[in-house]
Amino acid sequence: MGLLSDPVRRRALARLVLRLNAPLWALPVAWLERTMRSVGLEVYTQSFSRKLPFPDETRERYMVAGTNVYGILRAPRAASTESLVLTVPCGPDSANSQAVGLLLALAAHFRGQIYWAKDIIFLVTEQDLLGTEAWLEAYHDTNVTGMQSSPLQGRAGAIQAALALELSSDVVTSLDVAVEGLNGQLPNLDLLNLFQTFCQKGGLLCTLQGKLQPQDWTSVDGPLQGLQTLLLMTLQQASGRPHGAHGLFLRYRVEALTIRGINSFRQYKYDLVAVGKALEGMFRKLNHLLERLHQSFFFYVLPALSRFVSIGLYMPAAGFLLLVLGLKALELWMQLHEAGAGPQEAGGASGPGPPLPPAQSVGLASLVAPLLISQAMGLALYVLPVLGQHVATQHFPVAEAEAVVLTLLAIYAAGLALPHSTHRVMSAQAPDRGWMALKLVALIYLALQLACVALTNFSLGFLLAATMVPAAALTHPCGPRPLYAALLVLTSPAATLLGCLFLWRELQEAPLSLAEGWQLFLAALAQGVLDHHTYGALLFPLLALGLYPCWLLFWNVLFWK
Amino acid sequence: MRASEPSQRTRIPATRWNGDDPGQAGERASAPPFTSVPRASKDQTEQFFRSGHTNNWAVLVCTSRFWFNYRHVANTLSVYRSVKRLGIPDSHIVLMLADDMACNPRNPKPATVFSHKNMELNVYGDDVEVDYRSYEVTVENFLRVLTGRIPPSTPRSKRLLSDDRSNILIYMTGHGGNGFLKFQDSEEITNIELADAFEQMWQKRRYNELLFIIDTCQGASMYERFYSPNIMALASSQVGEDSLSHQPDPAIGVHLMDRYTFYVLEFLEEINPASQTNMNDLFQVCPKSLCVSTPGHRTDLFQRDPKNVLITDFFGSVRKVEITTETIRLQPDLGNMESRYKKEWMDEELMEPLKYAEQLPVAQIIHQDWSGHHRIFGIPGASKHFSVIMIPSNTLTFSEQSPLSWRASPQVEDHCRNQS
Repeated sequence: MGLLSDPVRRRALARLVLRLNAPLWALPVAWLERTMRSVGLEVYTQSFSRKLPFPDETRERYMVAGTNVYGILRAPRAASTESLVLTVPCGPDSANSQAVGLLLALAAHFRGQIYWAKDIIFLVTEQDLLGTEAWLEAYHDTNVTGMQSSPLQGRAGAIQAALALELSSDVVTSLDVAVEGLNGQLPNLDLLNLFQTFCQKGGLLCTLQGKLQPQDWTSVDGPLQGLQTLLLMTLQQASGRPHGAHGLFLRYRVEALTIRGINSFRQYKYDLVAVGKALEGMFRKLNHLLERLHQSFFFYVLPALSRFVSIGLYMPAAGFLLLVLGLKALELWMQLHEAGAGPQEAGGASGPGPPLPPAQSVGLASLVAPLLISQAMGLALYVLPVLGQHVATQHFPVAEAEAVVLTLLAIYAAGLALPHSTHRVMSAQAPDRGWMALKLVALIYLALQLACVALTNFSLGFLLAATMVPAAALTHPCGPRPLYAALLVLTSPAATLLGCLFLWRELQEAPLSLAEGWQLFLAALAQGVLDHHTYGALLFPLLALGLYPCWLLFWNVLFWK
Repeated sequence: MRASEPSQRTRIPATRWNGDDPGQAGERASAPPFTSVPRASKDQTEQFFRSGHTNNWAVLVCTSRFWFNYRHVANTLSVYRSVKRLGIPDSHIVLMLADDMACNPRNPKPATVFSHKNMELNVYGDDVEVDYRSYEVTVENFLRVLTGRIPPSTPRSKRLLSDDRSNILIYMTGHGGNGFLKFQDSEEITNIELADAFEQMWQKRRYNELLFIIDTCQGASMYERFYSPNIMALASSQVGEDSLSHQPDPAIGVHLMDRYTFYVLEFLEEINPASQTNMNDLFQVCPKSLCVSTPGHRTDLFQRDPKNVLITDFFGSVRKVEITTETIRLQPDLGNMESRYKKEWMDEELMEPLKYAEQLPVAQIIHQDWSGHHRIFGIPGASKHFSVIMIPSNTLTFSEQSPLSWRASPQVEDHCRNQS
């Protein structure tokens, strides 16, 4: 609970700020326009505004507005049918000033060359990724996230590739590249190979996930380091967050990367000329392209910058995990069939999701109730936290962001009490077999969901499968109930998230204490909800509306009387 | 040069030229009576008529488009440059380039195509005539050019107007594989099609000798299937090998030339129209140490020994002129004549001379006015009445050319050919 968690104090401060008429941080739009124009670009601006679902820690306001500035360098001898983008996202907390300088220097240099066959757009956005999202939506004339933005005055053709820059100091010791994008989308591997080639050519030190390339692959150290890098990438991809401005470009099938300059304590430092040379080389190579990047892989995981694992190699792993669920479901089906009773036929043939009409068979009522109630809980988890934040702040001394998070956790925990209440709704007909049918439905439901997720965001699918499949398969109402309950709670989506956070920081060699971990967990929950509303990230709805109800079904099975 | 009687000229058949001295036109009424000649003169004449061609053509094809195939266009333009420098005029060159590299927006030096790094040699030059450009370079167009089956509306610059005394150089470059060459990223020509096209050319007597050079990956597969006589073939790599490019230029950003053609260009830069370098030297160009691939050649279909074949027989257009102070009587090379040709000769003798229909009696009109300050030149083979061209006295006439080549090449009928 910080200074601003008291709503009274916060309102007072907001009024003060408004009276002073000074924004907390603003982009120097006029200066940027002037400078870009003097370099020789066609300069345009775009203003945007967005009402956030709840004020998060960084912005602490509902209404977020800003101005994007972009300059277009037209190709001297080609029609403006294609373009490349160099973007620098600026915001109140991200210190990206050096990147703007490099962008302007590159613009001046590029303007003097005659070999450009595509237009180049130099984009400086405000409010970090919100500005980038506003610009992209206006450029492609869509409205996916409910942003209000002014239409773009200047366009440059279809964007072929984009590079996002983040530099906070004018000397760097290494360049870090981020590939994971929104909802786990990845750029074409060729773009990463391009970056790696120019790192090698320029002698720059380049890292992936903050880790260097292992030199020695024959001993144990090399593969171990590769495994760490791979796990980091899996965790980042599973979170579904756009880890940089590039993540938002990927939705429009524009291949993009984010390049971060890291200034650590190494002795050997590179100045911006070296970084600029690498960028110039990349742009020149992209200029030579005649088609969109499509020759290389779109689905891969990276143990190192120069190695990758393609989908053909890793997908069977997820397939085998889901096969466990399928086999378990088959076993249950056989057991139900042997009994020869009514409920199992309808239960087996129903499949996942929509409830069956209750008039068909007697035992179906025992399935419909848990399904409906679980889905209702999931819906409550999805909708209530944001809707009820004002009510919560009135009754409790919390800020809106904290209210949302705590409501989320409360509803999540309330689900654990469900089995005691659902039993009252159900009739006590064929109790022994009822749990088998429910578990069968739940297994198929889980398998389908995880299969769909694994196809689009493999890391998320694999992570959830690796944690939930053993618990789901083992759940049994008879047997050591506390043990199974503990197992099920530990593998629930929220606990998986908590564990992944700890693992993530552990792999980054910055381990967390329990208290820090808990704080990070709460922040991650808030960020997840916010990302969903501002960028359309799908992790929160997937967990709330899809996996949490499924998990609740298994919880019901476990506590079957 | 005095006018010759047309009636004697009409019966010059389309055979191997027997080297009549124009000074003796009056005596050559019927089949020339040849006596045996002294041995020294015979060697001399053998030297003089070493090759049987009277004109040279070149068909230079680059089959790949896109900026990163810059080197293929540079290859073709290098050969074009050499061939033009050694004397073949644009009217006898069919240049097919599948893409425009000089004016590509990615070219940092517009209107140039360089073949050497550091931009030492601009092969685009000041006067390049591209006959088939961009999407016109297709397999169909290429085969039509070779076989002559061209729609009547095709301009002359796009035709291969060769005859049975033409030596043709065919140079092809691009991306290829085992038995095929890729055109324009969308179609292919196979080695069988190419061999059949050459056979059609042979049967239609569209070439005297043909030199086929190909610079692609697995290029040797393209000449494996040839079965027509008088073809010599060179390729930059064997089946299963790739032809490699020579060097990238950091300023332009692409590879400029392929290795094989780079070394061929270097070799050809040393050749001038008077060179006596022969084909065996060309076979040695670009050994495996320089080219990485193994260049190959095929000479089994060629009648002459490669060491007697001059480079300029194919790459240049060289007129043979020799000043003699004594008269040399020449022996016809009956052994090499085909029986068909002999029959034609017989047929020619029995044919009536050709006639024009009513013509303006220009001759009478002229002879009335003129007092002989102008030369009167007769076109052989026209008719009993001959059409006359007035040529001012200080103009060079076609006298240096062998009359037969002039007669035999159909394009010479058009005296005001534009060089388009």
